[in-house]
This record gives sequence, structure tokens and C-alpha cells, in this order.
Amino acid sequence: MAFDLSSAPRRVLARFAAALSYPLTPADYFGTVRADGDALQGSVESVRRAAPDAVTLTIRPGRGFARHVAGQFVRIGIDIDGVRHWRCYSISSAPERADGCFTLTVKAVPGGRVSTYIVDRLAVGARVQLSEPAGAFTLPERLPARLLFVTAGSGITPVMSMLASLDARGVMPYATVIHCAPDADQMIHGDELARLAERHPRLRLHRIYTRQSGRFTPEQLETLCPEWRLSETWACGPDALLQTLEAHWQQAGIAGQLHVERFRPRQLAGVPADAAVTVRFARSGCSAAGRGDQPVLELAELQGLAPASGCRMGICHGCIATLRSGAVRDLRDGTVHAEEGDQVQICVCAPVGDVEIEL
Amino acid sequence: MTTTPYLTAEQAEAFGRELDAIRDEVRASLGEQDAAYIRRLIRIQRGLDIGGRALLFAGVLPPAWIAGTALLSVAKILENMEIGHNVMHAQWDWMKDPKIHSSTWEWDTACPADQWKHSHNYMHHTYTNVVGMDRDVGYGILRMSPQQKWSVWNLGQPVYNALLAGLFQYGVALHDVEFDQVIEGKKTWRDAWKRLKAVVRKTRKQTLKDYVLFPALAGPFFFYVLAGNATANFIRNLWAYAIIFCGHFPAGTHTFSAESVENETRGRWYLRQLLGSCNIRGGRLFHILSGNLSHQIEHHLFPDLPSNRYAEIAPRVQALCEKYGLPYNTGSFARQFGTTTWRVLRLSLPGGQSLEPQPVAA
Repeated sequence: MAFDLSSAPRRVLARFAAALSYPLTPADYFGTVRADGDALQGSVESVRRAAPDAVTLTIRPGRGFARHVAGQFVRIGIDIDGVRHWRCYSISSAPERADGCFTLTVKAVPGGRVSTYIVDRLAVGARVQLSEPAGAFTLPERLPARLLFVTAGSGITPVMSMLASLDARGVMPYATVIHCAPDADQMIHGDELARLAERHPRLRLHRIYTRQSGRFTPEQLETLCPEWRLSETWACGPDALLQTLEAHWQQAGIAGQLHVERFRPRQLAGVPADAAVTVRFARSGCSAAGRGDQPVLELAELQGLAPASGCRMGICHGCIATLRSGAVRDLRDGTVHAEEGDQVQICVCAPVGDVEIEL
Repeated sequence: MTTTPYLTAEQAEAFGRELDAIRDEVRASLGEQDAAYIRRLIRIQRGLDIGGRALLFAGVLPPAWIAGTALLSVAKILENMEIGHNVMHAQWDWMKDPKIHSSTWEWDTACPADQWKHSHNYMHHTYTNVVGMDRDVGYGILRMSPQQKWSVWNLGQPVYNALLAGLFQYGVALHDVEFDQVIEGKKTWRDAWKRLKAVVRKTRKQTLKDYVLFPALAGPFFFYVLAGNATANFIRNLWAYAIIFCGHFPAGTHTFSAESVENETRGRWYLRQLLGSCNIRGGRLFHILSGNLSHQIEHHLFPDLPSNRYAEIAPRVQALCEKYGLPYNTGSFARQFGTTTWRVLRLSLPGGQSLEPQPVAA
């Protein structure tokens, strides 16, 4: 909304405008006139190739968009073939950036509808939906004396934001960055990291090309960062890497010094239709065991819940509920809904694997 | 009253599978063009709304008053019919845009969206034309099926009908309060009171906007704006009434008994939707202004498919009907509205069994 509600006359004016535009809002009418009024919308300012299968997007958010904390992610909603899809991406630019824009680096996941769309088709000028930045993978206010970052692939993005922020604030502590990619060509942010390391003698950069020297193992820390036990560590990358690191830190008895960020893998729908599943009803706080061919509504009712419902045949949409996690399948045509926040018809949708639903 | 006409059990299921296939095909083909259609329509509608209201401020000049009232009428018609009704049917939920979604939409009429979605999307669309279950068969005040019992009250039917047409938005809102159900003891007064309060709250906001705030904004031209707004609401009421009454009451429409829908299969459900619905012929603009309820048959077969696709589905449904030897009730607006009005008049008197078509046995 473009109104600043700070003063009483403005408040009265806003109420008046709301009454005039009922049942819509003044913003709905302004939105037909100008498009930049909404803080949670942005436009793509530039698209730059970051690796053969990755691009860096510069996004200008609407006025009033909340500034992120370095390391946080933002959800971005993109319309593909008329359907809005939401995905989380870490912001890679520093919050101190002066022009109000921020950058994201997106790597095309093979078979991933949204990431491949962004990498192959998203053009400058495209409008995207945004959520407020969120996430706890951030640096503490009081910087530790020594920092260690271990990243692989697009896992560098939140760390890039942290380093760029330290650079912008001129407070670079002793820091080691270990960043892995198959080769130099496919390394995201490799050059920016090198430039930062050149400027900051306290910043040690190790670029590991796994095709050349094999996969990174925690044992290499003894040579790459001998003081790793004394450092506060931030790690982001594929789950296998994070699990190895977690085990290593656990063994050293310093699990508390390791902070990880996981890019959650998307749930796939290869589960057989009659597989045993658990449905969690988030609002009621209970769960039901069932099979993948039973509608969620049925499972909820067996559990003693009484969700709103109507026709029970998929035409009235009186039963729609919000999907929190997991996937459901429409029993009529097999459509799978697997995005957080999807509105699903529970009378005709059955769980695919374990599911959490807002009921 | 129709029980299980026209098709054998196997034929009915085959018919249903063919319709399912059409639904799946259209559903899978939805894309950017459809999204652009509804967004463009919403923009046009809001533009007409703003334009109409702006012109009415100059309503002291007769051409401005007429043009303003006309634009506002069209805006209100589009908002209720092609946009509101269809968005609330979840026809656009597939876009996952929370601003054009059945769970968030509120429309410019007296009836609150959530009450409407229950009585219309669920009750009317599930139990279409089942006497005693679909309250749209006469809305609790008119006798619209010969199977409904006649009483002296029905003698006044032509008058109630005319009042309903002019005050349609309030009729729809009160219809959802279900006073008749309370009188029959099926609902409690407490239920009705709760719903009535929601209607009153909404009506107050609608009234404040159209009959107080906008006229007051016009200052000395208060009454021009008031009259323009009232006329636009009245025209919208008449139009909505006429289109909606043509959906299920023209000559040739079947009604059904409650027993006939017990354990109804998907195929039989489709068949009932077909036999209970009527289309109106017209051009593209007419279809849009009618909210594509001129494709009432397609709408009742696929209530949650986007309305802009009904026109392309219609010939396929009609071809299926020919294949299975089923009636497909379509006609000019004059024919559909004329026979509907005749039904209102005829059924104000006892009898009228001849209005129910005789089904052909399978």
C-alpha cells in the first residue's frame, strides 16, 4: 500500500478510501494503474550468467521491502505458464548495497521446473513476487575472532552475502573460505571471492575443483584450516557434505560451533499409491496413519476431525486446505501438488508419502 | 420427475469417462493465455468502474449521466458474473495467485462470499435440480417444478418473481439465510440469525459505498450520483436474474427426486447436470456479460474449469450428446427467457405436470 498511516488525517483518509473501494482495497485499483506500489513484488533488473547452468539475478523489490540480514533467503514467486511457483533462494548481495536491489544466484536443477525456467527463460523486466527475507543462517552481531566457511555449488550464495557485507562494512575478521565446484567454469562466485581475497589479507580462499582433486573431505581441514576447531563455522551445500561435516564436528565435541543451511530437496512422487503414510494435521496437532489411496479428508475424519467439506467429489472446493509439507495427488487425474502453501482439495487428494496439512 | 432416463448403467459410465477426458485435457492445457484473459478482464472491469463513477460526478449533464450509469452497470455485471461468480468457483485457483483465488475473493453484492460458496458451489452444484435438495429450484419462494406442492401463496408468484428480479442481490443474500428451512424446522433461528448478521454487515458496507459516500463526494450533485448508482445496481440485478433464471427453468429442463440421486455414480451425476441445465445462444460479448452462464451446461459439467474455455468445450459436449442420444437444451435468449417466464406463470396455478419432459427410456 502506498499510504503512510502515521497521522490521524491520513488514517481517516485511508478508511474513507477503503470504504469507497469495498469489497476491494484502494491498492487493487491503484494496482491497475501502477505496478510498483507493492513491496512484495519486484522486477528483474539484470540476468547475468554465473556458470554454464546458473544465472545471477538482480532484483529491484517494491518500495518498503524489508532489508535482509546477510545469509538470509527470500522466497520468490514466478508465474510459469500462468501458474505461480514459489522457491527459496539465498540472497547473495550485501544488505549494505546502495541501490536497494539484491541478487540471487540460481542453478538449474535437472528436471527442476522453476530453476530451469529462471536459468533459460527469465528475462530482464519480468515481474516476480517476493516474501520478506527470512532465515537464521546469519552472522552474530559480535563477530567471532575466526570464521570458517565451507560451501559447495550454489551453497556459496548466503556466504557470498556475508562476505560482501563484511567487506562493505570494512570489518573483515580472520576468515577461511573453502568453496567446492566440479571445475573453475562451473564455480559460482569464484571470481568475486578471488577479488575479495585479494583486497583482504585476512581472508584465505581455497577453491576446490572436485573433478581435478576429488571430493572435499573433513580431513583436509588440517591443512586448509588448521585452526578449524577454534573457528565458528558456517556451511552450506548438498546434504551429503553437510552430514559429513556434522559428524566431524560432533566427533570433535564442538557441534555447537557449526552452523548449516540446507536447501531442502524437493519431494518426488515416486511413492506407490497404496504405500503406508503419515498425515500430520498441523492445527489440530494430531497425526493419522493411512494409505496413499485414501483422501486426506477421509483420514482427517477417521481421526475425529471435522474439517469443512461439501460435495466430496471435487467440484465445490469447500474443503480446500493448505499444504505445509510433502505432496498430495489428485485421485481423479493424478495431478501432484507438492509446493508448500498449495491449496488442495482434501476430498479428492491423497497423500504421496508423509504429508503435513493445515487442518 | 425423472429417475434414470436415457442411458443404461454402462452407457452412463462411458459418457462420464468421455467427459472426464475432456476435463483432464482442458485442465492440462491451461496456461499463460488463460491467466492473461482473467487479469485483463479484471483490469478492464476496474477501469469501467472508475470511468463510470467519474462520469457520474458530471451527472448533471445528461449524456455524462447516461454514459456513467451504463459503464458502471457493465462494470457491476462483469464483476458479479464473469469475474466474481467464476473466481469463487475456484476456476482460477490453478494460477495460485492469492488475489484471484476462491478462498480470498469477495464480491460487489449483498451476499457474503462464504455463504454463497456453500449454498451455490456445494448445495446447488452438487444437487442440481433435485427437488427438496437444490434450493435454487424456486429459491424457497417460487414454485418452479410441478413436483413442488402448490399452495395458495403461489397465486402471487408473478408478483414475487418481479420483485425478485428487481431486488435480486438481496434475494440471493436472503436465500442463503434459509428462512424457509427455519420455518420447516430444519435449521435453528440461531443459525439464521448468524447468517443474517453477516448479510446485514455486508449490505451496510455496500450501501454506504453506493448510496452515501460516492454521492457525498459529488457534493451538490449528490442525487445524480445516487440515482446513477441505484440504476446501475438495478440493471445488474435484472440482468443477473434473467441470465440465472435461464439456466435451469426453460422448457425441456428436467427436475429430479431425492431418491433418484441416492448412490448416484459419476456418470449419472454428469447426466443429471446435463438434463437440468440450459444454454443460451449468443455472441462473444453476450457470453462474457452472462459470465459464460450462457454455457450453463458446460459450467455444470465442469464448474471449476475457467469460463473462457466453455465456448470451445460446448461443441464437443454437444457432439457427445448426439452420440449418446441425449437432449442438449440450447436456444435464443427470447426462447429460454420466454419459456421460463411461462413456467413462473403456469406454476402459480395448481398442476402443470406437462412442463416436466418425458425421458426416453434407455
